[in-house]
Amino acid sequence: MSAPLVATTGLTVRHGAATVLENVNFSIAPGEIVTIVGPNGSGKSTLLRAILGGVRPASGKVTRRTGLRLGYVPQRLVLDATLPMTVTRFLSLPRRVPPTVATAALARAGVPGIETRQMAALSGGQFQRVLLARALIARPELLILDEATAGLDQPGSAAFYRQIEQVRSETGCAVLMVSHDLHVVMSASDRVICVNGHICCEGTPEVVAEAPVYRALFGEGTQGALALYRHQHDHSHGPNEGCGHDHAAQPEPEPAHAEAQE
Amino acid sequence: MMLDDFMMRAALAGIGTALAAAPLGCFVVWRRMAYFGDATAHAAILGIALSLALSLPIFAGALIVALVMATLVTLLAGRGYAMDTLLGVMAHSALAFGLVAVSFLSGVRIDVMAYLFGDILSVSRGDLGIIWGGAALVLALTLWRWSALLTATLSPDLARAAGIDPRREELILTLALAIVVAVAIKVVGVLLITALLIIPAATARPFARTPEAMAMIATLIAMAAAWGGLRISYGLDTPTGPTIVCALALMFCASSVEASVRQRI
Repeated sequence: MSAPLVATTGLTVRHGAATVLENVNFSIAPGEIVTIVGPNGSGKSTLLRAILGGVRPASGKVTRRTGLRLGYVPQRLVLDATLPMTVTRFLSLPRRVPPTVATAALARAGVPGIETRQMAALSGGQFQRVLLARALIARPELLILDEATAGLDQPGSAAFYRQIEQVRSETGCAVLMVSHDLHVVMSASDRVICVNGHICCEGTPEVVAEAPVYRALFGEGTQGALALYRHQHDHSHGPNEGCGHDHAAQPEPEPAHAEAQE
Repeated sequence: MMLDDFMMRAALAGIGTALAAAPLGCFVVWRRMAYFGDATAHAAILGIALSLALSLPIFAGALIVALVMATLVTLLAGRGYAMDTLLGVMAHSALAFGLVAVSFLSGVRIDVMAYLFGDILSVSRGDLGIIWGGAALVLALTLWRWSALLTATLSPDLARAAGIDPRREELILTLALAIVVAVAIKVVGVLLITALLIIPAATARPFARTPEAMAMIATLIAMAAAWGGLRISYGLDTPTGPTIVCALALMFCASSVEASVRQRI
């Protein structure tokens, strides 16, 4: 196996007194699709932001392969109403790209022909696809998606993730994503990591969905997540089976990331 | 020699300031930093008092205190108080301390009004050199960092993924803002500097489809207002700094009316 694109060793992140992530060891290999799942406030987004370099670890470290090209699709991007921005101009941030490249990127992301539209006038689905197109222009080796389908309905997000899989098979880039859409995401992932302040369990989608820890976090309602893998359903597990602590307890609400909004 | 004419010097000072303030003002508007500009500008009064007391050039004193203020606000942000509360405290405290400090200066006869509202008609050749030097520096900084600044303005995380350090860009913006404040004191005074940053950008917004177009239109508007305001104040014998801002305000109204009419059609 080749060297990981990004790895964290013993990563611990604190917001004030609260420990958001503790001793997280994580790595992603070239071409891999990894999904991070976990309840609200479990530190999923913090892990992504630590990998991007936006969070200073209290201890441990994040290592990126030197010269790693990152593509990032945020959960949502709020454009200030005072900032005029055409789709083409947005694709050229921060580096100018020729119009032909912009047109091709939009087509590949599934939104052809919207070059001259204003970003503010796009629908939620179009907007996310433009974000994807922009992330792909840099020819990333690692594509990071933070709940990229948050504003989309189920068919919309399913189509979005099919696009991601297609991008991976065309370009061979690794994909790291956080998502609530367990149904869709789980089926598309090589590996799933269940986070709740630390890594609870990880493995192939089947392994994780079988894990009692995962069941305790997400309950039985998510069995559909496995529909594409197995067609018979399992029986119920107790909340603490095979696990030393109570994952069903409500974690603290995620602290506000004031600096993220600035 | 054309620089011998005080009106010509005033016009050049106004246009130079407009050239630097308008593109930077777009970032102030996009990032919602209007109050930040105010705080930096008000702190400059304290700098003026200090430089008079220590016999330093006004420009240097104002620049240093504006820089300290801007850095302090950036560091203190997100530590308990909301940004606007923090800025409200700092801006007006700095202004008050500055005015009190000026009153202690005996021996020097100071016209505080000139610093509060500007005194563009008394711009000397030396002032003009400083104004154009500062304006050129700010314009160069803005153009050099344009793309990175714009990306960091959209989203700090997006910038980080592209290898841009958003904190560094913020610092550059802060630095540029402090220079503009120091440069504009002579032109519109500390109380009206924010107007010179914000109104051209806000006026340009309805007519722009890209950030670059907005910055360019804002620059044209600011230069027109600087020149027009100067002529009007000459004709009507009104204070020049406020007249320039009045000209900007009228253009903003016209732009808003035009934009809403266009939307209804």
